[in-house]
Amino acid sequence: MTLTQTPMQAERAETIYEKSKPGRRAAVLPDAEVPETPLEQLIPQHLLRQEAPRLPEIAEPEIVRHYNRLSRRNFDLDSGFYPLGSCTMKHNPRLNERVAALPGHARLHPAQDPRRAQGALELMWLLQESLGEICGLPHVSLQPSAGSHGELAGLLLTRAYHAERGERRTKVLAPDTSHGTNPASVTMAGYEVVKVATNERGGVEMDDLRAKLAENAGEVACLMLTNPNTLGVFDENIEEIAALIHETGGTLYYDGANLNAVMGQSRPGDMGFDIVHVNLHKSFSQPHGGGGPGAGPIAVSERTAPFLPRPQVVRREGDNGHGPFFDLDFDRPQSIGRLRGFQGNFGVFVRSYAYILSLGADGLAEASETAVLNANYLKAKLADGRAGERLPIAFDRHCMHEFVLSGKPMKDQLGLATLDLAKRLLDFGFHPPTVYFPLLVDEALMVEPTETETKESLDAFAEAVERILAEAEDDPELARQAPYTTPVRRLDEVRATRRPVVRQQLGEPA
Amino acid sequence: MLAAIGVDTVAELFDQIPEPLRLDRPLELPEGLSEAEVYERLAALAARNADAESEVCFVGAGMYDHYVPAIVDAITSRSEFLTPYTPYQPEISQGGLQVMFEFQTAMSELTGLPVSNAGLYEGPSSVASAAYLAIGATGRRRFVVSRGVHPHSRETLATYSVGYGAEVVEVGLEDGLTDAAALAAAVDGETAAVILQSPNFLGAVEDVGALGAAAKEHGALLVVACDPMTLGVLEPPGAQGADIALGEGQPLGNRLDFGGPSFGFFCATEEQIRRMPGRIAGETEDVDGRRGFVLALQTREQHIRREKATNNICTAQALNALGAMVHLAWLGRHGFRELGELLVRRTAYARERLAAVEGVELLHAAPVAREFAVRLAAPVDRVLDRCAERGIAAGYPLGREYAEYEDGLLVAITERRTRAQIDDLAEALGAAIAAERVELVNQGLTNSTEEALG
Repeated sequence: MTLTQTPMQAERAETIYEKSKPGRRAAVLPDAEVPETPLEQLIPQHLLRQEAPRLPEIAEPEIVRHYNRLSRRNFDLDSGFYPLGSCTMKHNPRLNERVAALPGHARLHPAQDPRRAQGALELMWLLQESLGEICGLPHVSLQPSAGSHGELAGLLLTRAYHAERGERRTKVLAPDTSHGTNPASVTMAGYEVVKVATNERGGVEMDDLRAKLAENAGEVACLMLTNPNTLGVFDENIEEIAALIHETGGTLYYDGANLNAVMGQSRPGDMGFDIVHVNLHKSFSQPHGGGGPGAGPIAVSERTAPFLPRPQVVRREGDNGHGPFFDLDFDRPQSIGRLRGFQGNFGVFVRSYAYILSLGADGLAEASETAVLNANYLKAKLADGRAGERLPIAFDRHCMHEFVLSGKPMKDQLGLATLDLAKRLLDFGFHPPTVYFPLLVDEALMVEPTETETKESLDAFAEAVERILAEAEDDPELARQAPYTTPVRRLDEVRATRRPVVRQQLGEPA
Repeated sequence: MLAAIGVDTVAELFDQIPEPLRLDRPLELPEGLSEAEVYERLAALAARNADAESEVCFVGAGMYDHYVPAIVDAITSRSEFLTPYTPYQPEISQGGLQVMFEFQTAMSELTGLPVSNAGLYEGPSSVASAAYLAIGATGRRRFVVSRGVHPHSRETLATYSVGYGAEVVEVGLEDGLTDAAALAAAVDGETAAVILQSPNFLGAVEDVGALGAAAKEHGALLVVACDPMTLGVLEPPGAQGADIALGEGQPLGNRLDFGGPSFGFFCATEEQIRRMPGRIAGETEDVDGRRGFVLALQTREQHIRREKATNNICTAQALNALGAMVHLAWLGRHGFRELGELLVRRTAYARERLAAVEGVELLHAAPVAREFAVRLAAPVDRVLDRCAERGIAAGYPLGREYAEYEDGLLVAITERRTRAQIDDLAEALGAAIAAERVELVNQGLTNSTEEALG
């Protein structure tokens, strides 16, 4: 392998602080227009800062160039296929950005009197109604800021629900394969996690569930699940699971990470779930932004509704011929309270509501159908040839919107770890699938193509996997050293944890 | 595609869902619309909001109508920043990771603390995350919180504390500032954290160093919520003994957006680095010795530590933090300080101007930076309505959150609020109060009328 550097690799990463030169600047501020009173006459000297923080000193053209240069060191969904399992990397319609930027949305102060924010509150109410219908659970709070925030909200709701009934339950059941946020949220909500075993289909091991319920009789507050499960397979025991949990007085929580498989097809509420969080940045097309923003509204059943976060957006019927009035309802005495400032990530709500309006009832159902079709097609493509042999499907049945492969034979036969395959895919211009999750599959690769990919993209990905496996038969070292074409090559992550350097050290300028 | 899968219809793929659980009807939602129709529908909703473009906005209370430079929109709308996921593959995420590193450096500079994360959801939940860190650091479960801390932060903390199994004790205000004696009396050996805000919700600049002594004495962490826009002129929390400095990031490079999305910033001492919530970018090298950036200290996080994680959060509000970083670079070292000075001076002018209005008096005399509180001699909501009719959002009614300040109004200043607008506000408030008083006199409801009728 020749190791010629690409131009981007040859360029040393320079931070904006390293481009700073004393005296340069971009901003021109308005004149004060008021007396230039010395600050120490307005605020006591000892509460004033002596030295300005060492922000960069740089002119606007160089700021733009700097961040444009940095942007080119990112791979993004608009540039290529991004089959990151459980993350639902579907196209982000630009219309949604346009409507979110309208001044009536973007420059609306969150403390505006509801009478002068009727459009915003109506939009939130409409989104609540839409999500309630999609989830099959009538009561929705838009407040949680992300999926894990929704989990915490749901668990605090569960706690309040049991407290109201004079019960104090201490344990929450979660599959041993669950996403890490589930157990983390459980701890923050003051519960202890009890792991439930997973069967070979990725579903709940029913005998173990019964055993755990018996062992912890009267103690189990909630079971947290996702359905389709982490193998991308629908858990056909869900009705029985729901019955078991409800018999013991617990709540059933739905992690909405996999909702993209079932929109308009099947509803968590109808499956027996009491509380669902919806990742608006997954199924409802909010751009991920490189790690936020998102939003994690929750939809809940009748019995947990009184405990929803405050304030709640409500529609009050008008009288005397007036239309309905949309309001923020703070008068909710059983509410768990606030989870954050103001009303939630409204800008995300605008985008997601625009998405729902664009697709409509049929479009959402079709999106799920196509997501499932695409996943099954790609699964079938990867079951052929070398991939079928080296990367077998973890559970061989029709999948829903995603599927999991095991890289164990590839590792045993070719000495290629899943991580190596992932890194080599970078050289082929693909974002790799989610790797090493779920934990129950050795050398797991979790593939979620989404509905917005063409057959051509899926074929090209399958072909790249095939080529990587073929080249590895001749020279496995090629993938083990990959990537070669990215702005940097494999990075030392251990060092970044052992001896963390988390900010730029700045000398005092002369 | 169906042939490759080996089925005849897409419906067969859904056979795995038990029949009774399949939705046998369309969702009760409208039919899909064209792009033009969706635009019109949303534009019509937007038109029913009175935004800061259509009225002059003196409302703050944690989110402020600052001017966000055009380059922020230009850079944050680039696909390469807008559409990737969290940087799990660092080789193809160097842009985003370096932005996090630059952002962490900026927030560390602003707060005077050495360690910053890459961002949290927003301000109030960051306070709750700091409290969780304090439990881990001290093994104690009691928080002492000033009533000067944003009401949303205190309510959020109360919500989370039920889960934490922790007690929250509030300390009142005295002439706009945290009651130092009451605070000292409230802190004890069981206290995990003392939580302050400066400038506090009433706009007053607290003496964090003096108040924080009680925390130091009892081994509690000192947590300080702050407004990042004031940190060019106010002593940074790190220099005043704070263990954690955090806050709402919206004033930096983010829209009002009716409350979100924005970001929370979170900075701490070196001692707390392994207890931090959220993502943190770190500098490292690649196999060829090139400088690069990765997500550092992931062993704190939920995907590895699960129930023992330092927090459940995995969102960094990366795009919002990018907006802040670009705004800060645009302001630059000197511009940032000048903006802070501008805010302090215009606020001083506005405060003096309003205090001179008949029927307006200062709610407190404590020093302020960019927001101040007054009392009105007429019902606040009615005065606000009258000002709104003149296109002025005059401020935030304190009675919403503080029963003791039913007559209080909180007024915020940004660089967008000109001297002429401040003069208009003073005039509008004076006229509104006078009109309300006339109305009250006409209704025969005021004491003075009763006295006059004697």
